[in-house]
Amino acid sequence: MSLPWVQHVILAPILLPLIFGAGLILINERHHQRKFFINLASTLAMLLTAVALLLLTDHEYWPDGIGLYLSANWAAPFGIVLLADRLTAVMLLLTSVLATASLIFAMTRWSRIGVHFHSLFQFLLMGVNGAFLTNDLFNLFVFFEVMLAASYGLVLHGYNSVRIRAGMQYIVVNLLASFFFLIGVALIYATTSTLNMTDLAARLERLNPEDMVLLKIGVVILALAFLTKSAMWPLGFWLPTTYSAASPPVAAMMVLMTKIGVYVLIRLWLLLFSEGPAAGFGFDLLLWGGLATLAFGTIGMLASQEPGRMAGYAAVISSGTLLAAVGYGQPALINVALFYLISSTLAVAAFLMLIELIDRIRTPGAAMLALTMEAFAVEDKPGEPVGKAIPGALAFLGLAFACCALVITGLPPLSGFVAKFSLFHTLLNPVDAATGIGVVTWIMIPLIILSGLAGIISLMRFGVRTFWATQNPVAPHLQRSEVMPITALLLVCVLLTVQAGPTMAYLDRSAETLNQPAIYIDRLASSPVIGDTVLEDDQ
Amino acid sequence: MEAVIAIAMGIMFGSGVWLLLRPRTFQVIIGLLLISYAVNLFIFIMGRLTINQPPLTLAEGTIDPALYADPMPQALVLTAIVIGFATTALYLVVMIGARGLTGTDHVDGKETSR
Repeated sequence: MSLPWVQHVILAPILLPLIFGAGLILINERHHQRKFFINLASTLAMLLTAVALLLLTDHEYWPDGIGLYLSANWAAPFGIVLLADRLTAVMLLLTSVLATASLIFAMTRWSRIGVHFHSLFQFLLMGVNGAFLTNDLFNLFVFFEVMLAASYGLVLHGYNSVRIRAGMQYIVVNLLASFFFLIGVALIYATTSTLNMTDLAARLERLNPEDMVLLKIGVVILALAFLTKSAMWPLGFWLPTTYSAASPPVAAMMVLMTKIGVYVLIRLWLLLFSEGPAAGFGFDLLLWGGLATLAFGTIGMLASQEPGRMAGYAAVISSGTLLAAVGYGQPALINVALFYLISSTLAVAAFLMLIELIDRIRTPGAAMLALTMEAFAVEDKPGEPVGKAIPGALAFLGLAFACCALVITGLPPLSGFVAKFSLFHTLLNPVDAATGIGVVTWIMIPLIILSGLAGIISLMRFGVRTFWATQNPVAPHLQRSEVMPITALLLVCVLLTVQAGPTMAYLDRSAETLNQPAIYIDRLASSPVIGDTVLEDDQ
Repeated sequence: MEAVIAIAMGIMFGSGVWLLLRPRTFQVIIGLLLISYAVNLFIFIMGRLTINQPPLTLAEGTIDPALYADPMPQALVLTAIVIGFATTALYLVVMIGARGLTGTDHVDGKETSR
């Protein structure tokens, strides 16, 4: 009659932040430490659940490694279904690793300016985790809004006029994108009478041609919302401004939010359009859009002087590469794209946090923070972080900067190189050798190489100016809680390089399932309802 | 079950009314929110309170579903309205904040130079 308890692990990544986030509101802002440790406990618990899900899906605890959670025990297409497969698990793990790092980074300083940082942080995680887990389009909308509402608060966190200005643009753009999302969902429901993604894929077969046209329009409008999130050109103009304005730990989390757009596109497009009656639809749009984004990011990267904007354009470049790789429409490319996604997310996030520390070489008394304090009237001014500084601050900053640059631009020996190399390898060795290598491939490879070159030029310029050309650089006051997360994120990149084989094999398995929508459809059709429902008793 | 829900709604509605009558605008807006929650809950349970009942799925030959209004979009639009309302309200807050910090209601935070 009852569910095995393991089944509830699927729900944990959503429930944990909800409960902890709500609970944190009740604790007074004066108890920084207590709030921080409660937040950390919740985030670490999330990390554990993500690891558990990773193991459960990969060891096929559920058939085909796809775990389904029928909320309220309603039969499959009618209720909201949560779905955890290998891709979900790896994204959840990435989220919790990044969240732990940025939370620890925020400990001494950023979480103390302004109120309710910790609650908003937890709600953001709830939205992100929910978006990864849900298999229902409308539910996805709700989780997107949860995530966005929390991110609005976090972007404005540490209220100053720069953040307000960037925040206003960010909110308007995302509100508009959400309306597109709703229009798309409505059209999809109108044509297919379902909102369950997997059920949608199953119903494509039975759709008449007129409805198919409407459905395609619906999906495209829906995709606009995700493409705005993932900053495809020309929808991504808001991104660099917002990234450079947000406080560093928040900006690090926002790097992940860009990747959610890509994640949903991978999931939806492979499910609906990788086979069946509408096979191949829209892939060209993604491919060319991705290439345009790559070009835009490359130019932007070269043009930017500020490190914050550089990081923003690095995220744009990584989005462009991902979209192009997905749009290329070759199943073998998906796992490489996922590897690239993980490595670039970690590196850009680490870079965004590092920027703030590097800034202290040039401006010792953080001028912006002083302004923030005044505007917000925070009682307990943290000012400069207190506590013991670590030795060799300059050496650390230089080394960490070099590592970030290596991963972002894809130079050997770190994970960025592994990702780009396997990308080129797959592009140049098509499965179907008879067709040969198309023109698009010859556009895509130079563009990716050029974007890397632009990254090298831009980052080197910044590095030389900061570390070598500064007159008498003062070793800044760095804290262990600020150094640790950056080191940890870069170590994960190193680990990805060393363990590239097993990681690729895992991503290969997840891509294999993703490329076979029939597996998902079968799993959904056979998903069991627990116990006897009244309806079945009647029959 | 009915009693619990009814009491919960009553408390929520009552607190809302009390807050609505308070002098500060913040209290008023919280009061309004509480009342709207109570009303939402009320609308929801108008579909009757049941436990472990399957959703409406019609067996063959009972009635023609084409003759009935589809309840789903109504449910969806309700959620959408609420979320849209909330995010718009949030934007309003940012607008006021921007007005206070920059001293202007221009989106760029500064008047265009003439």
